[in-house]
Amino acid sequence: MGFEVLVKGNNLLRLFMGLYIALKISFISVFISIILGVVLGTVMTLNNRIINFICRLYLEFIRIMPQMVLLFLCYFGATKALGINLSAETAAVIVFSLWGTAEMSDLVRGALKAIPTAQYESSYALGFTVFQTYVFVIIPQIIRRMLPLSINLITRMIKTTSLIMMIGIVEVLKVGQQIIEANRKSSPNAAFGVFATIFVLYFVVCWPVSLLSKYLEKKWES
Amino acid sequence: MSEILKISKLTKSYDDLVILKDIDLTINKGEVVVIVGPSGCGKSTFLRCINAFEKIQEGEVSLDGKVINPCKGKLNEVREKIGMVFQSYDLFPHKSVLQNMTLAPIKVKKVAKKEAEKEAIELLSRVGLASKKNSYPRQLSGGQKQRVAIVRALMMHPEVLLLDEITAALDPEMVREVLEVVINLAKEGRTMIIVTHEMSFARAVADRMVFMDGGRIVEEAPPEEFFERPKTDRLKKFLASLAYN
Repeated sequence: MGFEVLVKGNNLLRLFMGLYIALKISFISVFISIILGVVLGTVMTLNNRIINFICRLYLEFIRIMPQMVLLFLCYFGATKALGINLSAETAAVIVFSLWGTAEMSDLVRGALKAIPTAQYESSYALGFTVFQTYVFVIIPQIIRRMLPLSINLITRMIKTTSLIMMIGIVEVLKVGQQIIEANRKSSPNAAFGVFATIFVLYFVVCWPVSLLSKYLEKKWES
Repeated sequence: MSEILKISKLTKSYDDLVILKDIDLTINKGEVVVIVGPSGCGKSTFLRCINAFEKIQEGEVSLDGKVINPCKGKLNEVREKIGMVFQSYDLFPHKSVLQNMTLAPIKVKKVAKKEAEKEAIELLSRVGLASKKNSYPRQLSGGQKQRVAIVRALMMHPEVLLLDEITAALDPEMVREVLEVVINLAKEGRTMIIVTHEMSFARAVADRMVFMDGGRIVEEAPPEEFFERPKTDRLKKFLASLAYN
């Protein structure tokens, strides 16, 4: 079945290292996306027409462009045109953060807009300052609304990291390909065993995350 | 009776549109004033002017002799002294009933948590909701939420309580349970300004009735006189429009 290649040498360990790189890039990107997304999403609720226009443009651009094109544009394009020498991992983090920030900011904007004015007013009426209102009343509600959706974004990012091998990063899928190539003669069925293992690895990482999101959604249902 | 809230020559407008014009009203300590009037007459806006949710263009509102709108000091300190309950019972959905009630006393007034909780439970049992102290707003009926909203406002020991159509969004069978709470507060001698469409409640609870129309106070009288012997044609018409013969 081709699973025997995994126990050869340190092949399994190499797969795990590849997975680690994929996870590292997605978690760094998610972290950056959450911070920038919260800032951008809040700015978007200020209803400044120029800012909103620019943000919309950014959002649509990121949504329409395939992530692969963005990766090429950022890694190969920027190097040539702007003379910036980015490492592949940095380029990947930039592209994934651009994408994540766009998605997060839209989530934050939606969550902020969904909070009725009456929540602010009843808080002010109790004597809370604007700052206290945000800290104790508004932000906790926004986090509850957003967390399940942002966890979803994490799983999507993890899955999409399979693209980064296209700019030369040796992540889990690329490692798999290398193992298959190297053992083409001795184990012609290696493709099945290796890809099945990678499938299980992705599943093992993403499934708990998705369960957590479902659990939180249910817990905070209002 | 000593006067606690004084509104003088209050005028509120949006651009050219005048919402409230030259309103004078003085409220004494322990008095319950009920404001009625047709929709859009400015009664809710008037309540919102009292705790400075709305900027006013002329006149002033003062509490205990201190001008609070236009407000020169800190708005949140003013609002601590004026409780307000809105039409859409706005409990904080992410907090339990008890947390809803104790959040402001703990964070704003720096009351000890234990003490705040003790008081909250006392108030809850007075409105028949002690058993719901750990429930979340989504688990309560509209009437229960509104009762919690009222006692939540009381937790801040406000000098004046403003009730803005607090039963307007409730199913009819829940109106009574909420209004009975308000009637009990009136008996305790709370100072309240109430905007409502419930006339029999108004009559039962009011020390003084105020009729507003077109952004002005048209008539003011004790409830008996207000309902039985209205002086102005506009009030007569308004009361007639509510009656079925």
